[in-house]
Amino acid sequence: MTSAIQSVLGTGFGWFVANLIYILLIALPLMLAVAMIIYADRKIWAAMALRRGPNVVGPLGLLQSFADGLKVFLQETIIPSAANKGLFLLAPIITFTVALMAWAVIPFDAGLVLADINVGLLYILAISSLGVYGVVISGWASNSKYPFYSAMRASAQMISYEVSIGFVLISVVLWAGSFNLSTIVETQKGYYGFLNGNGFNPLLFPMAVVFLISAMAETARAPFDLTEAESELVAGYQTEYSSMAFALFWLGEYANVILMCALNAILFWGGYLPPVDWAPLYYVPGIIWLFAKILFFFFVFSWVKATVPRYRYDQLMRLGWKIFLPLSLFFVFLVSGFLMLTRYGAAG
Amino acid sequence: MRPIVKRHPQDQGDDSPVIQVFAFYLFATIVVASAAMVILARNPVHSVLWLILAFFNAAGLMVLLSAEFVAMLLVIVYVGAVAVLFLFVVMMLDIDFAQLRAGFVSYFPLGGAIALVLLVELVLSVGAWQAGTLNLGQRQAEVSDATPNIEAIGQLLYTRYIFLFEAAGLILLVAMIGAIVLTHRTRGGTRPQNIDKQNRRRPEEAVRNVNQPVGQGVEL
Repeated sequence: MTSAIQSVLGTGFGWFVANLIYILLIALPLMLAVAMIIYADRKIWAAMALRRGPNVVGPLGLLQSFADGLKVFLQETIIPSAANKGLFLLAPIITFTVALMAWAVIPFDAGLVLADINVGLLYILAISSLGVYGVVISGWASNSKYPFYSAMRASAQMISYEVSIGFVLISVVLWAGSFNLSTIVETQKGYYGFLNGNGFNPLLFPMAVVFLISAMAETARAPFDLTEAESELVAGYQTEYSSMAFALFWLGEYANVILMCALNAILFWGGYLPPVDWAPLYYVPGIIWLFAKILFFFFVFSWVKATVPRYRYDQLMRLGWKIFLPLSLFFVFLVSGFLMLTRYGAAG
Repeated sequence: MRPIVKRHPQDQGDDSPVIQVFAFYLFATIVVASAAMVILARNPVHSVLWLILAFFNAAGLMVLLSAEFVAMLLVIVYVGAVAVLFLFVVMMLDIDFAQLRAGFVSYFPLGGAIALVLLVELVLSVGAWQAGTLNLGQRQAEVSDATPNIEAIGQLLYTRYIFLFEAAGLILLVAMIGAIVLTHRTRGGTRPQNIDKQNRRRPEEAVRNVNQPVGQGVEL
């Protein structure tokens, strides 16, 4: 498609337009997916609490998120008089943009990726480390105590869990021998001859668990949602926000959650590959397998949110620094030692 | 001046120099402008945010040079961790910054002199590199297009420069331990939480059902 557009618009401009179209092809369905995933989250949560959840707008309440979106769109954006106006408005934009940026390197199917770069996984790590700025800036710019506390918590929490996520990613990269996400998916083919996914590897399965839990902490989902703990901090960093500014936080948060689910699927459970290495399953398009896995992990996220009580802050820090960090570091040693002995030969 | 733009092997035929040149000038302008804003901004929090913007755009320039590994490290380490800690500290400072900035005129000669020395040194070093017959070394590492630059860096870092690399790691470790030793102190009167003990606690030890007759107090 790129070459077709380039033949009409010229090499440079055509490339630009083609990539713009690709970006829209990812971003627009993603927004739709976020709307539906918010609905799914509320439905799952309701079902676990023996409630009905949204069931009024549209059939089975399917249009609830769109009604909410329309509502916040029509509301007035209130900027507190004490707030730092520019940064106050910049913060939700950062959160939202950063949540969309990481999707550029996610492979949806074999070869179906916007930017198939060598450092895909590092790019994801870099972008997800930017996510904290939306929270920190909003907390500071609101000029209000609870958002500020929330910003302090968020910065400490996200840095802490990024460390263990980094080590988990390194053990996956060591196994795959590449930072490229498509290569990582391809190398997960055929464990024991019939299974697809690093998660079936006994050396990497504990890392899959650590990654799932760290992903919840990184996206500040329950039980690690201390940045928006309503019993302590009103609504955390979003306290002073209203209307679209609030909605951007909301969308960005869920886009990040879906991204983390996608990463779980890609790094440990075979991404766009079917779970079992059996020829007829490859007739199902890879994107459907990826979506199924994302939905499964999203269900796990919702399930945890509905069942597990919130962590105390010192427990959160202890889990990150005293349990996950040594554990993931140990597994980096274990995986590299194993690869040294088997794949690369111990003699070196 | 023509910017040094190296084509990425994967992008051959996909993009054109026009976009790369445009991207170069965009990133470069933002880096310079935001670096200037770091020292011009009145509010220190704004200064840190401008610094982050400068880091981020410098990473963009690295990508244009197809040094994508350095670019990503710049964002992960500087933007993702170091700048967050800067911001963390600066946001919590309670200093009258108007007062700190008051001595601008009296400090200007000293600051100006330092800036001048730095500028002259930069010009001299770049000029010495350009001019003269002495070959001071290669400006760009010769890497074949087939080798991703992570592998190229890894091969150098873990073979030729292994001792320097390990020494840098050891120095960082010592610095970290030093910082912990200097700041960690045991104060009396604190009541630390023993989470293992808390987690081991079972309902039987903590809760007791009592069927207390009406009108009598509960025995504790």
